[in-house]
Amino acid sequence: MAGIVELTLAQLRDGLRAKKFSAVEVADAYIGAVEKARDLNAFIVETPDLAREQAKAADARLAKGEGRDLEGVPLGIKDLFCTKGVQTTAASKILKGYVPQYESTVTSNLFGAGATMLGKLNLDEFAMGSANITSHFGNVKNPWKRKDGKDLVPGGSSGGSAAAVAARIVAGATGTDTGGSIRQPASLTGIVGLKPTYGRCSRWGIVAFASSLDQAGPMARDVRDAAILLKAMAGHDPKDSTSVPRPVPDYEKALTGNVKGLRFGIPKEYRIDGMPAEIEKLWQQGIEWLKAAGATPVEISLPHTKYALPTYYIIAPAEASSNLARYDGVRYGLRVPGSSLDEMYENTRAEGFGAEVRRRILIGTYVLSAGYYDAYYLKAQKVRTLIFQDFQKAWEQCDVILTPATPSAAFAIGENQDDPLSMYLQDVFTVPVNLAGLPGLSVPAGLSAEGLPLGLQLIGKPFDEETLLRVGGVVETAANFTARPGA
Amino acid sequence: MSLDQATVARIAVLARIKLPEADREKMAKELSGILDWVEMLKELDTSKVEPMTSTVEMVLPQRADKVTDGGYPAAILANATEPVRISNTEEAGGFFTVPKVVE
Repeated sequence: MAGIVELTLAQLRDGLRAKKFSAVEVADAYIGAVEKARDLNAFIVETPDLAREQAKAADARLAKGEGRDLEGVPLGIKDLFCTKGVQTTAASKILKGYVPQYESTVTSNLFGAGATMLGKLNLDEFAMGSANITSHFGNVKNPWKRKDGKDLVPGGSSGGSAAAVAARIVAGATGTDTGGSIRQPASLTGIVGLKPTYGRCSRWGIVAFASSLDQAGPMARDVRDAAILLKAMAGHDPKDSTSVPRPVPDYEKALTGNVKGLRFGIPKEYRIDGMPAEIEKLWQQGIEWLKAAGATPVEISLPHTKYALPTYYIIAPAEASSNLARYDGVRYGLRVPGSSLDEMYENTRAEGFGAEVRRRILIGTYVLSAGYYDAYYLKAQKVRTLIFQDFQKAWEQCDVILTPATPSAAFAIGENQDDPLSMYLQDVFTVPVNLAGLPGLSVPAGLSAEGLPLGLQLIGKPFDEETLLRVGGVVETAANFTARPGA
Repeated sequence: MSLDQATVARIAVLARIKLPEADREKMAKELSGILDWVEMLKELDTSKVEPMTSTVEMVLPQRADKVTDGGYPAAILANATEPVRISNTEEAGGFFTVPKVVE
């Protein structure tokens, strides 16, 4: 049944429950779609046998009327989540062939809700990148094309997840977001991406990049699908000491479509120099949509916005240099011999890590080194406090914040690569949200002059994903984004 | 803030990443570019600001100091490079190996 892959996750779930099709039929339809879309290079590993096996078990449960929230729904999993018995690489040569002996909490939650897995999705190496061009397993292509026909990047780091959801070869996917890695690729591929509040989803079993910023979240075709996935992914986990013991609401119920009386903030500092006119126009359109739905715009100020990116590029590499110290060739992963133990470490890490990862480890090592710690790392932690306080003050005036998701539409491989900094600017609107630990949602809202998707970002109060999804649903309805890649 | 090649070489040693001499100049340039850019943080007076280590207002949870997990050495060694087993039984376990460190 070719029509199966066209259904949203919610429709698929309802169809499975109503026995309009079986989970095995669903799995087969998606496995076929995955095979046909191999040119995108969205998957590092495909797991069709596992998907069919899980689908059979799902059918057995559905037959007994014991279907769980995601029973028989096929997902793609970003290859940053450890999956028991299935290779997990973080798209790095240093972890090639690594087969976890345990399951990450988030994937465990998803499988516990009945989801099936089509495979492990490509990403930027160790989730470091904004274009999915740093993977050891090759670049991912965006299913969308510009008028000149050039291959475009899907964004990053969750580029495989974004491309797979946009191409409808998975019903939904997991992503992780340290500085924008869910929201930026979602925006560049015309899908919905949600970075939850820090602490909402367990980080246990996710390959760590920057532990005070990393957060897992859903990437989906629409806001409702994101709500369904988040409910299954979220929850307290004693194995992650930063996971917060709060009950998980039924996020789907938050989608009332009613935003009357809601105040949404428009941060004046997000009108950055050189912002393309079409991004500005889209933002204005978003304001009009929410006004028409009965919400009130409020101009707010987040005065330390311009310091967010440099702060991030001290804190994230510092944490990464510490987290990635574990890849030393001793207990797992690549080992490159040397004449001494130290030389084995140095050879292994030089050969196992790609250029961007090496660069960030070196920056992180430097800002944490004796004599420079106070000037860089401690300074950045203090500026992080100021950025956090900016948002706290903003919440006195508004309930949610509306901004563009990215400063541009998808670009071609090779563009934004003149120096590391031009790529870093991709995350200018998303990074402050991670530094403040807040939830952020990217919703497709329009097309660029080149016919490429553009997203709007909504930023919420801590643990107020419900308001975020509710407002996101209203933006989605107003935008009526029906464009499809390759159409 | 400009990094010289000697500093880059020292950082590479600290990070345990072999950096061939031929690559030092390029790396020094790239890292200096990033460090020049983050200099803008110095514009801000943070003398009265506390550093932020976590955005979650939560006391670090504690648990009883008891063994709650373990007892599966075969799984622990499953991904090891050149593991040495002293016996084929799982309980007996085995060892990770590294190059000789004592002559």
